[in-house]
Amino acid sequence: MSRPKAHIVGVGESAYARWGKIGDVTEHALACQAIQRAVADAGLSLDDVDGLASFAEDRNEAIFMAAELGLPALRFANMVWMTGGGGGCAAISNAAMAVETGQAEVVVVYRALCQGQFFRFGTGGMDASAPPKPEPPTVQHANSLFLASMGFAIPYGLLMAAAAYALPTRRHMHLYGTTSAQLGHIAVTFREHASRNPRAVMGSRPMTLDDHQASPMIADPHRLFDCCLESDGACAVVITTAERARDLAKGRVEILASDQGAPKGYAFGPFTNANIADDLYATGACEEMAGRLWGKAGLGPKDVDVAQIYDHFTGCVLMQLEDFGFCARGEGGPFIESGALSWHGGSLPTNTHGGGLSEAYIHGLNHVVEGVRALRGESTSPVENAEVCLVTSGACVPSSAVLLGKT
Amino acid sequence: MSERFFPDSMPQPMADATTLPWWQAAAEHRLVVQRCTACQHTRLPPAPICSECRSTDADWKEVSGRGEVYTYTIVHRPIAADQELPYVIAVIALEDAGGVRIISNVVDVSPDVIAVGLPVELVWEDMSADLAIPRFRPRRP
Ligand SMILES: [Zn+2]
Repeated sequence: MSRPKAHIVGVGESAYARWGKIGDVTEHALACQAIQRAVADAGLSLDDVDGLASFAEDRNEAIFMAAELGLPALRFANMVWMTGGGGGCAAISNAAMAVETGQAEVVVVYRALCQGQFFRFGTGGMDASAPPKPEPPTVQHANSLFLASMGFAIPYGLLMAAAAYALPTRRHMHLYGTTSAQLGHIAVTFREHASRNPRAVMGSRPMTLDDHQASPMIADPHRLFDCCLESDGACAVVITTAERARDLAKGRVEILASDQGAPKGYAFGPFTNANIADDLYATGACEEMAGRLWGKAGLGPKDVDVAQIYDHFTGCVLMQLEDFGFCARGEGGPFIESGALSWHGGSLPTNTHGGGLSEAYIHGLNHVVEGVRALRGESTSPVENAEVCLVTSGACVPSSAVLLGKT
Repeated sequence: MSERFFPDSMPQPMADATTLPWWQAAAEHRLVVQRCTACQHTRLPPAPICSECRSTDADWKEVSGRGEVYTYTIVHRPIAADQELPYVIAVIALEDAGGVRIISNVVDVSPDVIAVGLPVELVWEDMSADLAIPRFRPRRP
């Protein structure tokens, strides 16, 4: 790969708050704030920005954001099709492709999410307390491929992500003897990292393994503390060319490699697809992608100093660790129990910000922000001499990942 | 009307022209999978093209509804008003469907009994005169 690689030169975020607690502010106002801060962090001006990218069907469309922010021109506007949080690193990747090919020079990737102002994920806009529909139940018209596919999930009550991703996790437990306590170690470790991070929504609420085991069951094997937060907030990441990055003062981070995708026949993963290949079902479905990612970078799992792993649910973290080759298939439980994920002495310090489980759930773009800080030495749970950081976006859905390198 | 397991207020399925025949078969209490007439590959959900040989010719194969639990979750939060808790969502590996699995519920089962590998059989739940949902229960000896 001879082409000079794109760099991340700035990161920023709004305040993060619990679901509905951000106050009387719109999502796009939060997006503006996060973008402004990221651009300022880069030592750039909004007048330098000529591209915007997002994912997860962000409601704050680039064309409106460009107008609100007064961008001189919008040359690149991109929305990722990898599902939900699975598109986070893909948005970074697409922005990198844009600057590497001259489509734009400075692209900001952003994600703004005020879950409190819209229907909650996992309800499909429906609420258990809503009055029943007056008509006799019938087959409704699906006006999209997505809805036709969801037709094979929702009549069974499968609307909640906690239930959907319990399915592969339960199968993993069946195949390999993975335990709830092993999942609990993930939640407890990330909470400890959050306790050191003033931005973290759950920073002041310590958690023990006993707390995890006593937390209410949501969708077995997922207890409450196996589930990510529901958050309000926004964050942003500034990407530009290697050449432009050289002129900027702040510690820049190179995008060593990126990859996105889904294996054959995967569709939306276990949420709507019962017919995922047997050898793929109890995985995060990231193994093929991981192989491509390592190949592009000429690196392997042993080269990673710190990782930010998408953590919508603890079981999905465990399966990704196997997918990316940090341990063998089925060995995720013992690997986690060894203390591997701890910022302090772990073999793979992971989610040093607290992750979606304990910092905030901004669809994982905050994991990219933390990956940059980890390599700049700005993390509140620093990993000494960290040079390579893996960031992943989603698992058990079509996903994406980036490898970041200190420059 | 059949035995009832879930309230009327459960989310209702959505279908397009490709998937609607599956729901029409269900309304007649026929559990079907789509089968490629060129290569015999079976699939669910229905699709306009075979993912294996790319033929667009297909028919519907009725299956017995016998199978076993491939994986499951016991859900403790309601998705609909007046729903009995907890309830079981499961992936069922169907016995005579060319390897096809289906997302459904296991009803009439204690959370202590549900397990991967549990043999199950089909039970139709009529939600209304024109909506029947295939659910499963532990197979009776
Ligand atoms: Zn075929």
